[in-house]
Amino acid sequence: MSRLKEVLTQGGFAVTAECGPPRGADPEAVINKAVLLKGKVDAVNVTDNQTAIVRMSSLAACTLLKSRGLDPVLQVVVRDRNRIALQSDILGASALGIGNVLCLSGDHQSFGNQPDAVGVFDLDSIQFLQVVKAMRDEGIILGGDALTGAPDLFIGAAANPFGDPFSFRVVRLGKKIAAGADFIQTQCIYNLERFQQWMEMARDRGFTERVYILGGVTPLKSAGMAKYMKNKVAGMDVPEPVIKRMESVPPKSQGEEGIKICVETIQRLREMPGVHGVHIMAIEWEEKVGEIVERAGLMPRPEGI
Amino acid sequence: MITAEQKPIAEIRKMIEPYKRILVVGCGSCVAECAAGGEKETGMLASALRMAAKMEEKEVLIKERTLDRQCVKDFVIQLEDEIDRYDAVLSLGCGAGVQAVAEMYPELPIIPALNTVFLGETKDQGLWVENCVGCGDCMLFFFGGICPLARCSKQLLNGPCGGSMNGRCEVDADLPCAWQLIIDRLERFDALERLEKIYPPKAWSRKQGKGPRKIIREDQQRV
Repeated sequence: MSRLKEVLTQGGFAVTAECGPPRGADPEAVINKAVLLKGKVDAVNVTDNQTAIVRMSSLAACTLLKSRGLDPVLQVVVRDRNRIALQSDILGASALGIGNVLCLSGDHQSFGNQPDAVGVFDLDSIQFLQVVKAMRDEGIILGGDALTGAPDLFIGAAANPFGDPFSFRVVRLGKKIAAGADFIQTQCIYNLERFQQWMEMARDRGFTERVYILGGVTPLKSAGMAKYMKNKVAGMDVPEPVIKRMESVPPKSQGEEGIKICVETIQRLREMPGVHGVHIMAIEWEEKVGEIVERAGLMPRPEGI
Repeated sequence: MITAEQKPIAEIRKMIEPYKRILVVGCGSCVAECAAGGEKETGMLASALRMAAKMEEKEVLIKERTLDRQCVKDFVIQLEDEIDRYDAVLSLGCGAGVQAVAEMYPELPIIPALNTVFLGETKDQGLWVENCVGCGDCMLFFFGGICPLARCSKQLLNGPCGGSMNGRCEVDADLPCAWQLIIDRLERFDALERLEKIYPPKAWSRKQGKGPRKIIREDQQRV
């Protein structure tokens, strides 16, 4: 059972965080992050070999989080698995009690430490959403064969309001909803104006009534990180004023400034109609998540189920 | 057409090292168009190999010949009149050409001189670009004549992904986003509604089914 689903369906403003698995087999690395996040958020996303770097599997790390009482969101990318493996992992995740799945394309293999790997992309993320929905709602796999038991999963997808072409972004959101997304996590929001525009377009099409939208935020640790995100990270929109603001404070206070920006962004998102929660991606900075949630006025979190 | 590039000369020399009488066989079709294995390139490679052998005072016979099409038996058979004189063939055909020659002359080692790369188009002088993956079920109509399987880095049938920025692909800033091109083109034809539907998973069995694919046309077969 998904706690995230419970919070959202009961009309709450959801708070989720992210946990990147370690580049090794040590379970303590995951458990330490679980301890930091416990009670601070409703669910925790576990990334699936993000930036195409080999890490502990998302499924294993989700299970570790689950064992510590957290509600994991299994991220699954279509980059590394064909339709047989994807469907098999969905069944396995549900069997292990994982209640949420986030269906993604994945960062291209050329970005990571295995640039010679084959990019599978047998399904795309939208087709994958459709497959998971049919598994859950109709108890069938691709091709129509019946499952002996259907998986019970709250299904999520990603959306990037900052990608181009802008006018098509909301069309693609609609396709993800039609394919089966129950909730949407967005790319990190630094450009609130553009995000607002995208939300208006989503509202106009009635999408905010059909899907829960969680706005993505990432606290900036430094002005350098802001510039890196702007210039090097795919699909990221960090406006100049944000970079200027980070640069306007001395380096040792830039982390605090980044958290302030993050908290202010969350507050703006809370006021925006159709935004149902926030997804805090504090990259290797999980210890700050509790503070951000607290300062954004989102504590305490609803009691666990 | 099928595009190819010549292997480094050192790699070629290593492969032909054991042989004393080598026939270098070019192909006048696709690999000639992409300036990798046509008559001109075949002549140049044969000369370079002869020169290198001479420098090392090795006695090697290297002759060249270019067939119109190395992947068609009717042309490969033209080698019949001289093939017995050689102990190896260095082929500048694509992978299909190399294998066609090998099948026709099973007693001879056939060595590839090219790396076959992709199915593509001559975009400009000295520029060839991949634009078809040979999926066996052409979808170009739906995508305004731009193939997302060949031209989108993630092969998305329901793109664009979140990494499309200013018309460029996230993988390489020099690479146009195929989905931006698709959207622009469909917009021009007032056909953007084609992208509202969800395209289902591709039947990859048409590309990689059971071993090598075949096209059988009885109307074309000899009676």
